[in-house]
Amino acid sequence: MDRLALDVAHLCAGGLVLVSFMLLYQDRMTGLINTFALHALVVSFSVAWQAYIQLAPHLYITAAIALGVKAVVIPLALHRMVVRLGIHRTIEPVVGVGLTMLAGIGLVALAVMVMLPVTAQAGTLAREDLAFALSVILLGLLMMISRRNAVSQVIGFMSIENGLILAATGAKGMPLVVEISVAFSILVALIVIGVFLFRIRERFETVDVHLLHEHRGEQP
Amino acid sequence: MSDAGSLAVVAVLAVPVAGAALLAVLPDDRTTAWLNVLASLVTFAAALVLLVARPAPGAFLIVDDLNVVFIVLSTFIAFTTSVFSRSYIGHELETGRLTPAYLRFYHAMYQVLMFGMNLALLSNNLGLMWVAVELATLTTVLMVGIYRTEAALEAAWKYFLLGSVGIALALFGTILVYLAARTVVGEGLDAMAWSVLVQKAAGCDPALLNLAFLFLLLGYGTKVGLVPLHAWLPDAHAEGPTPISAVLSGLLLNVALFAILRFKSIMSANPEALAPGPLMVSLGLVSVVFAAFMLYRRQDIKRLFAYSSIEHMGIITFAFGMGGPLANFAGLLHMTLHSLTKSAIFFCVGHIAQVKGTQQMQEIRGLTVSHPILGWGLVLGVVAIAGLPPLGIFMTEFLIVTSTFARSPVLAIILGLGILVALGALLLRLNELAFGEPKGRSNPSRASFIPVGAHFALVLIAGIWLPPALVAWFQYVATLLSS
Repeated sequence: MDRLALDVAHLCAGGLVLVSFMLLYQDRMTGLINTFALHALVVSFSVAWQAYIQLAPHLYITAAIALGVKAVVIPLALHRMVVRLGIHRTIEPVVGVGLTMLAGIGLVALAVMVMLPVTAQAGTLAREDLAFALSVILLGLLMMISRRNAVSQVIGFMSIENGLILAATGAKGMPLVVEISVAFSILVALIVIGVFLFRIRERFETVDVHLLHEHRGEQP
Repeated sequence: MSDAGSLAVVAVLAVPVAGAALLAVLPDDRTTAWLNVLASLVTFAAALVLLVARPAPGAFLIVDDLNVVFIVLSTFIAFTTSVFSRSYIGHELETGRLTPAYLRFYHAMYQVLMFGMNLALLSNNLGLMWVAVELATLTTVLMVGIYRTEAALEAAWKYFLLGSVGIALALFGTILVYLAARTVVGEGLDAMAWSVLVQKAAGCDPALLNLAFLFLLLGYGTKVGLVPLHAWLPDAHAEGPTPISAVLSGLLLNVALFAILRFKSIMSANPEALAPGPLMVSLGLVSVVFAAFMLYRRQDIKRLFAYSSIEHMGIITFAFGMGGPLANFAGLLHMTLHSLTKSAIFFCVGHIAQVKGTQQMQEIRGLTVSHPILGWGLVLGVVAIAGLPPLGIFMTEFLIVTSTFARSPVLAIILGLGILVALGALLLRLNELAFGEPKGRSNPSRASFIPVGAHFALVLIAGIWLPPALVAWFQYVATLLSS
């Protein structure tokens, strides 16, 4: 049981890092959102597995929220948003895929080198989970700085949140924070989608109108 | 006694929540501004009760000698800002920059922000504090973007991204602290309680604590506005409503600094862990020097004072980083006086921007002639914030520089130079703004000068004669911090 439990936990955490890499090179909005849904799916399975092996039933709630909100509701909302903004077909140039991937590999190496030596006392489960979680966080940061589009930045931020959830559930017996932080990640996501994207849409519209006026002025 | 204390703690948290709920549903814009003032006043009164009656620390909330200073200061400035906000917002409604619907939102958010900050200060749990700081961040993001101009949205977006990345790093640091404490304290709520952690810190794994502190310093340091991480701060101050600039500079930066101080005391309690002082000293010093030079190139009056806030947060971080009873005492007093002075300056600047119809400094000239009270208020504020005698900040800056001189003269010289460079920039700008021929538009002002007057009176009194009871209290807290 123990060996298998650890292996599955590591498989999930490693899978999350892999999906983070996939997020890095998506250049279409639809693909990016679908990959994020996969990211959330992996994290929710990982949390559920932690709940099972730590005998901590409250973590199932966290897993359910991650599954319901981050893997279903938010991707659906983002899809609608992207269509409404009219950017669902545009290709977002990802600056130097090769270079970004290399930087990502460097960050994962850094995370492993930093976390493994200092967590010697923390137990095998927490050790590797934390190293993977830090990798996911750093990859999310890389994504946020390498993208210009607001939607991609929000997705980058939400992938950081997923990494934090992975870290928090890996730390065995951590009290109350999981619930609260999940509640907050939902709040963040809602505020981001509800307020900012709507306001940014207005901004696009005004900019368009402005361009239209200029264009009209130029034509005889 | 302790019953009154528990009641006061509940009131400090519950009054803002109730206020926010009421303000969100009440439609009338005249009474709501007064209701906002009333809620802030009741919260301040409850905070004063905490000075004399303290409840026993619980699993989630604690009142101790350190946070009571912050709470009284916070609730006082929240109250005076709400008085200023009433006259400021009245003008914004008349000019149509804000609609009544947004005003309702603004007032409700103001109280939610107060709740978030009070909860962050009162919490005895690392996780709860993190949540509270995040709540305060989100509400300020929404308020910075409230004018919905392109610049305001840009500023809010930048603030949101940097602030939430900072807060994410802080959460990772918090998880690491829990892991470090778990082996000593055991699983459960105790492993995240300040009161327990400080006592048990000596047994925690030093390597984990070191790593945790780095994440926490970077995470909460973003919210303090320390220099490599400060990019959001000037934009957020310049584009949001001025009462929010006053609250950001006067209160929210302090709350983030408070979080760093809490973690610093955990680090200091573990002899094998990295000394947190030098890290804070270097970040603080970089902030002071960078902000001092940046002050010369500012065009926007609110941005000018935002950079001045970066400089002063640098000085305070430097003082706490140096440690020792004297530097801690000076840092604590400097923080108090900076909050009072800077929020008073923003009260003046808010009215100035309204009567002149612009924030560009080139178009603001001769304020002492056209608007004597506002103009001289600004002069007094800048003289105070630049650190000239006889106002209080002169004394605290003097204390910080001299106490550093005894221990490491080089650092003291750099700090002193930074302060002088900033002084030059501020006086240069002040000369143009306040004196000479008035220029540009000038509407009559219907400002309320009570909050400005109250703050400056306190700063002046602090510079001339500090009440012995206050000195004894701050000295006691300073020794607690340096133990």
